[in-house]
Amino acid sequence: MAIEPKKHAMPSQEPIIREKNFKEVALGYTAEIAREEANRCLNCKNKPCVSGCPVNIDIPDFIAQIKKGDYEAAYGVISDSSSLPAVCGRVCPQESQCEKHCTLGIKFEPVAIGRLERFVADWHNEHSNALPKRAESNGLKVAVIGSGPAGLACAGDLAKKGYQVTIFEALHSAGGVLVYGIPEFRLPKSIVAKEIDTLKALGVDIETDVVIGKTLTIDELFEDEYEAVFVGSGAGLPKFMGIKGESLNGVYSANEFLTRINLMKAYKPDSHTPIRCGRKVFVVGGGNVAMDAARCARRLGADVSIIYRRTEKELPARKEEIEHAKEEGIEFMFLTSPVEILGDENGNVSGIICREMALSEPDESGRARPIPLYDSDYTIAADCVIMALGTSPNPLIRNTTEGLETKKWGGIIVNDETGLTSREGVYAGGDAVTGSATVILAMGAGKQAAAAIDEYLTEKHS
Amino acid sequence: MYRIVRKKKLTAAVTQMEIEAPLVAKKAQPGQFIILRVDENGERIPLTVAGYNREEGTVRIIFQVVGSTTEMLDEKKEGEFIQDFVGPLGVATDIKGLKKVCVIGGGVGCAIALPVARELSAAGAEVTSIIGFRNRENVILEDEFIKSSKKLVLMTDDGSYGRHGNVTAPLKEMLEKGEEFDQIIAIGPLIMMKFVVAAAKPFGVPVTVSMNPIMIDGTGMCGGCRLTLVRDGKRITKFACVDGPDFNGYEVDFDEAMLRSRSYRGFEEKEREKTCRLFNIH
Repeated sequence: MAIEPKKHAMPSQEPIIREKNFKEVALGYTAEIAREEANRCLNCKNKPCVSGCPVNIDIPDFIAQIKKGDYEAAYGVISDSSSLPAVCGRVCPQESQCEKHCTLGIKFEPVAIGRLERFVADWHNEHSNALPKRAESNGLKVAVIGSGPAGLACAGDLAKKGYQVTIFEALHSAGGVLVYGIPEFRLPKSIVAKEIDTLKALGVDIETDVVIGKTLTIDELFEDEYEAVFVGSGAGLPKFMGIKGESLNGVYSANEFLTRINLMKAYKPDSHTPIRCGRKVFVVGGGNVAMDAARCARRLGADVSIIYRRTEKELPARKEEIEHAKEEGIEFMFLTSPVEILGDENGNVSGIICREMALSEPDESGRARPIPLYDSDYTIAADCVIMALGTSPNPLIRNTTEGLETKKWGGIIVNDETGLTSREGVYAGGDAVTGSATVILAMGAGKQAAAAIDEYLTEKHS
Repeated sequence: MYRIVRKKKLTAAVTQMEIEAPLVAKKAQPGQFIILRVDENGERIPLTVAGYNREEGTVRIIFQVVGSTTEMLDEKKEGEFIQDFVGPLGVATDIKGLKKVCVIGGGVGCAIALPVARELSAAGAEVTSIIGFRNRENVILEDEFIKSSKKLVLMTDDGSYGRHGNVTAPLKEMLEKGEEFDQIIAIGPLIMMKFVVAAAKPFGVPVTVSMNPIMIDGTGMCGGCRLTLVRDGKRITKFACVDGPDFNGYEVDFDEAMLRSRSYRGFEEKEREKTCRLFNIH
């Protein structure tokens, strides 16, 4: 049988319909499509795809189970390595990880590993009520700071080994960026809630409304007989450009805009949290967060444009997200940078002065450096400007934890292999260490730290 | 869920609550704030800590009913619960080494000024308090200020109680008479703090102001609480939730802060109307 050269397409909501709702865009493979797609897998002996997975899921093995139609067994294979399969199947950048290494990808399109992972996780969530078995407690307490992907992954692995894990979450609900950042239409909150319920069934305790560094410090956790601490507090303060007019009403950081919509549900009529969006919205930046913010604004009824200082080729967002944004009618203004935001007499945004850019030789990041073309300034009318320029680490933990070394820009310094910080028993991972990165990298760091914590505490108590 | 241990109406529009939150009570310092949510669909609002009882594990908040969230909070009865109560957030007011301080409170801002005055006087500083209200009906915490101040001046805008006028008048008089303060700490409406700074400027007295901008998470994530400081001619963005809420009054761009504080006024009015109608049915 000849191999189908292309991936099976993902059934999706039509752009014209989905741009008006917050429901999930990608609908997921049916069992038939999943089995056909699974049949594209060559089941290579050397499994190059696995090396591209930050948590080393045995990909050919779970795909082999799909081929057989044993989806629950496929789920078992994935959950051996991943704590959040339904999340990762949706938000991992598979094209630059597992699928990038797929042998099939040399000649054709790679196997749609991410879509298959999602199918398996969704099938499990729909068909199985079996709760995971709780490991026998070893009586050792471990604290996890932050309930985002790093913290959840770390907590899950430690709980499976019998540790008494408590997650401390600063916000009122668990999930971190999975609930405040990534929109419903890309990652439904019910999926996140299910993954968190699974962790609770494993015995993980989640304490919301606790800000480590304020309500409690890391030292107090040790006094309270926690034997190890994992810091997965995520990224923090949003970056702004430092241009005139950034404090006008209607200028948001992407974090604020997305938090109002995702965490506080500002788009629903029964929410008490306001959002102001207006008709003409401009998002500055080119990453996944910029795409999320733009697509949210579109769903609130705005005309949305993304302002990016390089060209389409350099956009750091996932291709799929860029395509989705375009299909939903979002415009792109490439080689453009705002130089000033204009306001009216009430302090509301009324326009943006933009400057054209050109690309010059590559900078340290390897991407072409954008240089401004002076005398190219022009003014456009705007109601709202969203700055999606990344974040810098939150200072609360480093300011209150003596002996915790950080880099100049605030990232916590860790051992690359263990996640161990400069303090004994304190481990860290995710954006708190790396700065803005991906869900799966954070999960990988959480898992790695869990293994290191287990090793450390096993040795300490042997 | 956090229990409302005690509730007391201080004036028609201002309510005091003591909330059971032992972890917050253990750590809270004057000048810090908490974030609360009344119910599951509620917004997150910041309120500055008005006091705490570490033994009992309670935190005192004092709020004025200004919008739908404070209205919903005000509807809660003693013994009932609020959904979320997190803190203490922000940096505590720096009172180290201060010997002679003028504490100025305006309206419900007095609720925040009081623990600062109390802490100062407990630390042996000489506290002069100037507190201002719209009229007699709005006066709060007078007795408690008397206890924590060597001298207290109470002002009302309409002269119906205390002295007639705003808080800057007695401050100016004292400074002109040669009274010396190590520090002025002003907490109240933005416009009041702006004028306190203007009044103190000719005398070169340092002024600390407590900013209370719109916030969501309160932990340094959303950037909604940003404000601009002007230092050596350069504009610097700061976040009230982690860098404040106290700032050097001479550096704060008050005009910008005032515009930002009005960002959701239209929405608030509509929400408040909705909430009022809701409660009126019952």
